Amino acid sequence: MSKMWVTMGPQHPFSHGLWTLKVQVDGEVIQDAEPVIGYLHRGWEKECENRTYPQIIPMADRLCYSASMTWSHLYCKVAEEAMEIEVPERAQYIRVIADEICRIQSHLMWLAAMGTDLGNLTIFLWALREREWFLDLNVKLCGQRLTTNFPRIGGVRNDMPYLFERDLMRVVDLFEKRLWDIIALTDDNAIFMSRMQGVGHVTRKEAANLGLTGPSMRGCGVNFDVRRDDPYMVYDELDWEVAVCDDGDSYGRYKVRIEEMFQSCEIIRQAVAKMPDGPTRVKAPRNVPEGTHVARLEDPRGESLMYLVSDGTDRPYRLKVRSPIFVNVSASKRLVQGGRMADVPAIMGTIDMCLGETDR
Amino acid sequence: MAPISNWVTFANPMDNPLYQFGAVYNLPYDVGYKIWQLLGGLIAWLLDVLVPGNGVSLWLVGNAVSNALALVLMIIVVFAVCFIVNLTMIWIERKVLGRLMDRRATRIGPLGYLQCLGDGLKTFLKEHIVPDKADTKGYMWAVSIIIGSSVLVAGMIPLSYRFFLADYGSGLLIIFGLFSIAPFMILVAGWSQNNKYALLGGMRAAAQMISYEVPMLVVFASVALMAGSFNINEIVGYQNDNVWFIVPQIIGFVVFMIAATAEAERIPFDLPEAEAELVEGWQTEYGGMKWGLIMLSDYFRGYVACALGAIMFLGGWTLPFVDDSFLPEIVFLLKVILLFFIMVWTRGTLCRIRTDQILNIGWKILLPLAVLNLFVVVVLKVGGLV
Repeated sequence: MSKMWVTMGPQHPFSHGLWTLKVQVDGEVIQDAEPVIGYLHRGWEKECENRTYPQIIPMADRLCYSASMTWSHLYCKVAEEAMEIEVPERAQYIRVIADEICRIQSHLMWLAAMGTDLGNLTIFLWALREREWFLDLNVKLCGQRLTTNFPRIGGVRNDMPYLFERDLMRVVDLFEKRLWDIIALTDDNAIFMSRMQGVGHVTRKEAANLGLTGPSMRGCGVNFDVRRDDPYMVYDELDWEVAVCDDGDSYGRYKVRIEEMFQSCEIIRQAVAKMPDGPTRVKAPRNVPEGTHVARLEDPRGESLMYLVSDGTDRPYRLKVRSPIFVNVSASKRLVQGGRMADVPAIMGTIDMCLGETDR
Repeated sequence: MAPISNWVTFANPMDNPLYQFGAVYNLPYDVGYKIWQLLGGLIAWLLDVLVPGNGVSLWLVGNAVSNALALVLMIIVVFAVCFIVNLTMIWIERKVLGRLMDRRATRIGPLGYLQCLGDGLKTFLKEHIVPDKADTKGYMWAVSIIIGSSVLVAGMIPLSYRFFLADYGSGLLIIFGLFSIAPFMILVAGWSQNNKYALLGGMRAAAQMISYEVPMLVVFASVALMAGSFNINEIVGYQNDNVWFIVPQIIGFVVFMIAATAEAERIPFDLPEAEAELVEGWQTEYGGMKWGLIMLSDYFRGYVACALGAIMFLGGWTLPFVDDSFLPEIVFLLKVILLFFIMVWTRGTLCRIRTDQILNIGWKILLPLAVLNLFVVVVLKVGGLV
């Protein structure tokens, strides 16, 4: 068979969202690939220029439906740095807990999508079942399942509700047990392993050149995590480990995410134990002094960054978003080349696509 | 005017001089015969009331017409039984998967049993669409042959020594031949749709076919060799007299079940329709009732795969230590459902494998195992142990 281009997307079961991967196949083997994004461009950055600083928080939720907490947290972080205000310590702990809840449910969403990509619906439904608990925690904490609108500039919207710590501990304890059930479906499954191991291999050097961040980067042996190496909030006061795997293939990225879920449970447990009393919010000024500010944090998908240019008014002059997936998806050509058609979902699934933040 | 009781006699079909099956009693034929006697008797009586003394009434309930219509009705009875068994299997699959995945399964009708009929009605109401640039002949004929051959091979499966459509000396070979038609037609269907996904799916079907048909055929050969016959009745009888073939041929059973899962295109071997990367594979451009019938024929093929497993390795409709097994059709169907449950369980647990992996499995694992199984059979046969 001669080479032919197959367009996968934007309406395709493997592309979780509206994007296209054009692949050139020779039989089943992929010779070339080209990602096409932009189907979901909403003018997010431009819209922010017409809103006051507090009005942007719910917009930041919409950057990614499964990482809304970290995105609105990142926005509040950059706004706080611009306004030079200090977040109360209790609010910092609550933010850490909320971020880790967000990280776990985002990774579970990824695991579920990974299951359907490999043709196993049991993984999909089991992962979504466990995810419901964390969404219920979100409901209890902020009243919303996905677009949480919880962090505020200078703190968080509300304190933890009555008995929230008890529910949190119950969920985390039970989840750690239940996650082993899912691992029994994946790691103990020879077919799952054979589909994941050795595909989409990328070395440390290539990861650096491609700009991979997050689990994709740690999956090829780079020991870097913004939470530890550029600590924000109270991450440096907690005792936890960065999940790293030297494999560099799809299975390595899978292992990193699974380990991160366990570490997130550990972080939540310690944060609840160390939680101090005090206020959860300080008053933020209306206007921001002139200047440029950068903030970054560890998103479930990688290193997300916001660049704020303020001109002294109550609206940002420019708000630039550096989305981890926007960079990671550009590595797709390198990742899928030489693989097979059937490897495309197994590889691109581990990138954990989210189009809201990619196209903005 | 003759009373109706004169026409409706419920005679024994085996007394009919035109009876097709020799000395063997055939249950579906008997059912068809009785239905026609009731129906034809009523018609004959009505005709006699309207036109007394005509010759047609007697002809209608005569030997020739009764035999011919009993054969037609027998086919309908066999198909109806197949169809109901298949609906039950779809229902079982959905219920078991629902349990495995911790979700709701079917909900329409008592215990959700009528969900498949609801789905069938839904697909039936869809518009008939043929893609503009598709090769219409290949497109329609391929799907017709896939569905037709699947239903035919399901009808060829005997449910017991008395429930069969035809009792050939080469029964197993014919079933295997009919069973293998559909994968070829999948290649044709994938090519004729003028769609890249469908083409890749069809090519995958071809690659998959060459990897599992050979070990499957070797397993068929070892079963036939051990039983000394291709006739299904004799294979089952031989197992009843000696031992179920699963005991000496456990390797063959495992090889057969893996190959049969691939033949029925079920997870983990459903690469021709891998929905993750190929949308719906070779079925991409089929819509409406065509797609509904393709899905139904998939289950017919799953039924055939499990039924062959039950016939060849689990002693068919016989039970050990039970002399004249009670309701042999039910015993057989229970064995089929047991094997089908294993297939569903596999589907709920495993992921889909890759094209190169199925080639490796087929040629490097299954074929040597099948030959080893054949070798075991030859040794046992030569040694006179079975």
